[in-house]
Amino acid sequence: MNAVFFFLIVAGILTAAVTGRINTITVDAVTSASQGVKQVFALVGILTFWLGIAKVAEKSGLIKLFTGILQPAVGWLFPSIPKGHPALGAILMNLSANIFGFGSAATPFGLKAMEQLQKLNRSEKASEAMCTFLAINSTSITLIPSTIIAIRINAGSSNPMEIIGTMLFASTISTVVAVSADWVCRTYLKRGKNNVL
Amino acid sequence: MFYDWLIAIGNWSIPLFLLIVFLHASYKKLPIYDTFVEGAREGFTVALRILPYVVGIYAAVGIFRGSGALEFILSPVRPLLELLGIPGEILSLMIVRLLSGPASIGFTAELVDRYGPDSYIGRLASTLDGSTDTVFYILAVYFASANVKNPRYSLPVGLLGALSGYAASVFICRIAF
Repeated sequence: MNAVFFFLIVAGILTAAVTGRINTITVDAVTSASQGVKQVFALVGILTFWLGIAKVAEKSGLIKLFTGILQPAVGWLFPSIPKGHPALGAILMNLSANIFGFGSAATPFGLKAMEQLQKLNRSEKASEAMCTFLAINSTSITLIPSTIIAIRINAGSSNPMEIIGTMLFASTISTVVAVSADWVCRTYLKRGKNNVL
Repeated sequence: MFYDWLIAIGNWSIPLFLLIVFLHASYKKLPIYDTFVEGAREGFTVALRILPYVVGIYAAVGIFRGSGALEFILSPVRPLLELLGIPGEILSLMIVRLLSGPASIGFTAELVDRYGPDSYIGRLASTLDGSTDTVFYILAVYFASANVKNPRYSLPVGLLGALSGYAASVFICRIAF
């Protein structure tokens, strides 16, 4: 991200110097920056509301309940995790929180899952279960993209929710592709023999 | 028909989810409002945390676009991208999406603001941002937290997933909207 940021600004200033638009750069920077602030403040409402709902869903045990529903669908993807091991529980909590768009509630579960997986792994090489978990996590299916909906509402969309369906479609495809690719890699690229697991 | 279904899912998902959360919480006799407030308290903190990311991106994109550099870079690849149904402006979002969540929210918001939420670009940006995740960031943070130094094949797998998500976003947005 540092390189991208550097590139956008330096390339912008250099181009402006060449094209004779150097006088507009400062105005562009200032007006854009304050638009950014406006955008964030417009999101405060939904962030606050959704984190409140996330807490209710977590405390009432709804996320945990959903975890139980998810278990048979996800469990078979992790043949290397012993039955009843806490790693699978943490993975499921992470995926459940992601599915409902509780992004900041999902990360702690995700890190917990990695910690548990590392206890099974005990190597500096990623385990198969870790790779599978990250394949699902990094293409995670989101049912309710609350932030994007808020952005669309704030921008005056006539139907802010219409992108949920298309998003679900694209998200499902990317997860299926990543999980399949992970399965292929797992099957055909066996880990080095010097590693015991 | 398929499109109507997608829209219906979109309209129903949030109200239905909220209903389930509240019914379940009251069945469990949870003090709903107090619990809500407890979680909601973090909302402003989260907003403040993403503020510098979003402002940085807005300013950088503002300079890059205003100077004409965006146009200059996009003009050679634009015909190829447009052949695939990808507006040039989306390309930068695709790259940033892999790196940083707050930054890509900034990009998406900027595109939605500029082109309108109900434009093709606005809808595609929303779909794309919502359906993919920060592959580089997740791998870096998660592996670092577990002290794993060799990620093996997980990066190419994640990138392939993201790429297929991009392709699927473009495909479905062209059909549905």
